[in-house]
Amino acid sequence: MSDAVKHAGLNLGATDEETHEQAESELFGFWVFLMSDAVIFALLFATYGVMLPATVGGPTPASEYKIAPAFVETLILLTSSFTYGMASIAMKHGEPRRVLLGWMGATLGLGVVFLGLELHDFATMFGDGAWPSRSGYLSSFFALVPLHGLHVLVGCVWLVVMAAQVLTFGLDARVKINLLRLGLFWHFLDIVWIAIFSVVYLQGLIR
Amino acid sequence: MSGSTDDKRREVRGYAIGYALALALTGAAFAAVRWPSFAGGTTLAIVFGLALVQVVVHFRFFLHVTLARSARDDLLLILFATLIVILMVSGTLVILFNLRQRMM
Repeated sequence: MSDAVKHAGLNLGATDEETHEQAESELFGFWVFLMSDAVIFALLFATYGVMLPATVGGPTPASEYKIAPAFVETLILLTSSFTYGMASIAMKHGEPRRVLLGWMGATLGLGVVFLGLELHDFATMFGDGAWPSRSGYLSSFFALVPLHGLHVLVGCVWLVVMAAQVLTFGLDARVKINLLRLGLFWHFLDIVWIAIFSVVYLQGLIR
Repeated sequence: MSGSTDDKRREVRGYAIGYALALALTGAAFAAVRWPSFAGGTTLAIVFGLALVQVVVHFRFFLHVTLARSARDDLLLILFATLIVILMVSGTLVILFNLRQRMM
């Protein structure tokens, strides 16, 4: 019975039944937050879609987006989801602490590289005169894409905090549930990025 | 202890399958745009179709959202949120497109 799926996300199951029970309501609460975040992103996507032709003679999607950096950023984010998955499994099955911290470190590294590439993209756009205030299209672009980047930044800070918690408290119930929450957050960001690379970058690059 | 090892192998395989599928879908979407072989509208439909499939793959293999009976609370929450998103997004689109039409 304790092996049953209690909530969406990686279940602790038989490896820690007490925390597994406790996780149910706490992770449900976090899902409520994630879904409210999804509503914000969905509305920014809707605004972006409407604002797309409003370039008032300034930079256009076709002139600003480059397919190679977008592809590399996508690969990095996908890989970081996989490495965090491995960290979750290491946590669940009580592998040595350095294995868990290693996977978390890999995730953090990929997140930081992603942020660096994204900032580089933005800097290139600024160099072309593509400022948020240039046109309605650019305002909506800079409302949507950097908000995702901000979430990734928060995720990176959270990873550092969790590494400190693992080192200070060990893997007690609270730390385990925090790691499960961070996993949901990180995988959710990946889903938002799928929408960004499809709706923003690929749509803008189609000729 | 062997049950736990089996669990672990199954979970690692789940993440690996999800990762492989995500890479394949992403690659297909970028390839469709990089080497266009259809009209623009068709390519856009392909990209959006692949994105939808990839979202489902991520929910299934990374977030472990399944149709299993005991996960129903979460599933209901996600479906309800989807309903809210559809309502709010379609309302936003109607208003903003109307506004754009009148201003251009």
